[in-house]
Amino acid sequence: MSDKKTFVDRMPFSQQIAGFFARIGLSPRAMVIAIPTLWLLIFFLIPFVVVAKISLSEAAIARPPYLPLWEFKDGILNVTLNIGNYIFLTEDPLYYSAFIESITIAGFSTFFALLIGYPMAYMIARAPDRTRNILLMLVILPFWSSFLLRVYAWIGILKTKGLINGALMWLGIIDDPIVMMQTDFAVYVGIVYTYLPFMILPLYANLVKLDESLLEAASDLGASPFMTFLTITLPLSLPGIFAGSLLVFIPAVGEFVIPQLLGGPDTLMIGKILWNEFFSNRDWPVASAVAIAMLFVLVIPVMLLQKAQQADGEQS
Amino acid sequence: MKRRSLFITIAGILGFIFLYAPIVSLVIFSFNKSRLVTVWGGFSTKWYGELLQDPQILGAAWISLQIAFISACLAIVIGTLAAFVLVRFKKFRTRTLLSGMITAPLVMPEVITGLSLLLLFVAMQGLIGWPVGRGITTIIISHATFGAAYAAVIIQSRLVDMDLSIEEAASDLGAKPIRVFFDITLPTITPALISGWLLAFTLSLDDLVIASFVSGPGSSTLPMVIFSKVRLGVTPEINALATIIILIVSLGVIVAALTMQKGNKQNVA
Amino acid sequence: MNEQTCVIDDKPWLDARQPPFIRIKNVTKKFGDFIAVNNVSLDIYRSELFCLLGGSGCGKSTLLRMLSGFELPTSGSIEIDGQDMAGLPPHARPTNMMFQSYALFPHMNVEKNIAYGLQRDGLNRQEVKQRVQEILTLVQLQDFAKRKPSQLSGGQRQRVALARSLVKKPKVLLLDEPLAALDKKLREETQFELVNIQESLGVTFIVVTHDQEEAMTLSTRLGVMDAGEIVQIGEPREVYEYPGNRFVADFIGSVNIFDGRVIEEDTNFVIIRSEEAKIDIHVSHGVSCTPSQKVSYAIRPEKIQMCLKKPKNVKNLLKGRVNEIAYMGNLSVYQIELEGGKRVRVTQPNTIRSDEGAITWEDEVYLWWDGAAGVVLTS
Repeated sequence: MSDKKTFVDRMPFSQQIAGFFARIGLSPRAMVIAIPTLWLLIFFLIPFVVVAKISLSEAAIARPPYLPLWEFKDGILNVTLNIGNYIFLTEDPLYYSAFIESITIAGFSTFFALLIGYPMAYMIARAPDRTRNILLMLVILPFWSSFLLRVYAWIGILKTKGLINGALMWLGIIDDPIVMMQTDFAVYVGIVYTYLPFMILPLYANLVKLDESLLEAASDLGASPFMTFLTITLPLSLPGIFAGSLLVFIPAVGEFVIPQLLGGPDTLMIGKILWNEFFSNRDWPVASAVAIAMLFVLVIPVMLLQKAQQADGEQS
Repeated sequence: MKRRSLFITIAGILGFIFLYAPIVSLVIFSFNKSRLVTVWGGFSTKWYGELLQDPQILGAAWISLQIAFISACLAIVIGTLAAFVLVRFKKFRTRTLLSGMITAPLVMPEVITGLSLLLLFVAMQGLIGWPVGRGITTIIISHATFGAAYAAVIIQSRLVDMDLSIEEAASDLGAKPIRVFFDITLPTITPALISGWLLAFTLSLDDLVIASFVSGPGSSTLPMVIFSKVRLGVTPEINALATIIILIVSLGVIVAALTMQKGNKQNVA
Repeated sequence: MNEQTCVIDDKPWLDARQPPFIRIKNVTKKFGDFIAVNNVSLDIYRSELFCLLGGSGCGKSTLLRMLSGFELPTSGSIEIDGQDMAGLPPHARPTNMMFQSYALFPHMNVEKNIAYGLQRDGLNRQEVKQRVQEILTLVQLQDFAKRKPSQLSGGQRQRVALARSLVKKPKVLLLDEPLAALDKKLREETQFELVNIQESLGVTFIVVTHDQEEAMTLSTRLGVMDAGEIVQIGEPREVYEYPGNRFVADFIGSVNIFDGRVIEEDTNFVIIRSEEAKIDIHVSHGVSCTPSQKVSYAIRPEKIQMCLKKPKNVKNLLKGRVNEIAYMGNLSVYQIELEGGKRVRVTQPNTIRSDEGAITWEDEVYLWWDGAAGVVLTS
């Protein structure tokens, strides 16, 4: 019991430390909260405010290449809001069709990724424990190796003198090579390939929780395997399908590297447009306006995703 | 008994072939003497030799490794704090803000993140004179930010799974909060910290888009150099580089998986 | 020492001059709008083994966590050995807790787990080692000092958890469902071991449990909790034989309850007319009630006699038909349907092996009990 006593005697020291923080207006708790919050505020949230601001200014040949939004002249604050960039976006069909094409490509890619990913996730979830871990690792592994190099690998496979054409011609199935590189087809392949793990992992996480006895009950009650899948497995895995689809769709909309490397000059994806506005045309205000427009397109899917993940978090 | 239909098995296997065919082809053609993909010119390691003599690639690799190391360390600190705060502090005013900001970078298109960070750095330079120009520092800050988001997700799930009573037990046995954190919490989440760090590290090594926006002269990272080379078509040197990266990553993932498994086993007790 | 003082020494709660060791005064705990613990006052004496008994969500664990400092009371005070606990964090309290999950540190071996608390007190290495050895011997785990928790059986883990919380010689040891994770056989053995350890060390134990048998076996006194309130405090026999209200009678053991109305009330006896039993129940002692007051009469199944022939000269005689029989080995439980349709539960020990001549389904039986066998419940 004397041990406890000595401990109690030592208490004031920690109180002193707490007191010190309190004196400078911060509890240790507030400090712990403040560090990550401030970092993300400065390097994640405020940048969007800057983007929004610049999207409303006028391009100019200057450093940086835009005119200030406000200036003091003769003691009067002049604010020039320029919505010309946004008007420009709506007037030039290039942007409009790029948005449509981005959404179309992302949407179809998501669908294909689901078609390929669902059986894979199902197989992993139903595999014996040991195999399951190995298969899971096989899904995650490409995700960890260089994204750029994996996209690059497809060039060697898809190009005119590439692997597929070489194989088909060697087999005598075709005489002339099929043009696959620099087409939308190549872009689809690239996106599905790159984002497949994002589809598989949430699907797997959902399917692995599925109680096997539900399937047994359905089959006991007379459902064929296909009916069991359609009436039990599929409806129960909808949250996984939802999360996986959003995880593929959202980044695919803004994808730049894949259309740039695999797509042709007429593959108009919005990420590529933004990149070109910025790097080639050096039109920062229009690039910013494109970014803001893209954010508006993505804000609904992103919010859906957040909601889905919150629901999942509450469930587990 | 587990149900396994033939259809699922075949579809699954085809899926895995789809995932691995490009990677395997990269590895095989890195040993091809011929420059052409369709022609097997015999086994050769000459592309590896050329790779190791390419000062541009080696220099960029060194810069990338430095950036990845520092940004992963920063990311793990910010990510751990954010995860800890979100899991353990149930109520605080900026909760929604923080949880939104820590998950949004995961899905934000890179072009937007890159552009917005660049515009921030330009604006900051104008306002407070820092950072001076763009370069390694600005890349590190940018990578640390999205790395923190990934690290936070991993650490958060570990913290959520953690049995709170072992922390209470330590506190009950006389450990002060800070002591509890270092004696109990930290060892328990170590596997998550390691994989979080590795993830932030590889993501940084891999990033092309954000780095392109926020880099400056003399700070070209490895992906930027690779990108400028592969735009011109297939380069066997890059195949060799890819093979080396895949080898390192596979080893890393296997080691990480084993550590995680060990940690899980202990946690079951 | 005469017999009178001896009794009081054993049972300090009977002696008004004895100061309580733990004083819980008007403690209330709210989580938002939910009242988990409602105005509980409780005195616990030195070296007691006190059980808090109740169903899940009754507030017993919350009360325990307020003693250990993991929760702070919304109002009220807790005093241990004369010291107010308000503002003391868990690590500074003279209590230790044994967790339901055991909460053993998975990354430390048995020895390090046990030494952890002593090291926090800044004891020198020699002393830590010696104390750990002593306690390992006490719980018979000397040979397992270097094992990790994952390499131990459930029973061994339970003993490590006990050793770890006891080694600091706390003033009060708090045990949250200490035996819940063990299987039935091991649980029964461990109950006695726990009592032995408690008696040999003299530490005050407070045990939270939902298992009434466990509470009866372990405790010097127990407190029955329901919906955040303590509904009865007493020695196990007292609580079982003299339940203070319907909830306690029903919660501890099983009981038959007849609703009725007092028709005769005297200092030496009471008569209750029960429509359900279709008889006047005769109670052979005085009860503080008023004539024609509505009351409940509770009688335990083992206090009811049963036979096939009509007995003579007995009060409280009922007639019924055997509806169900549950054979439990040492005893059998019978469900008898009375003529009015009310069902009564009766237990009888199985004193002979053969089932010849035994009471069986559909038999007409007579039930009766002594005037002092039941309890009149006015609330």
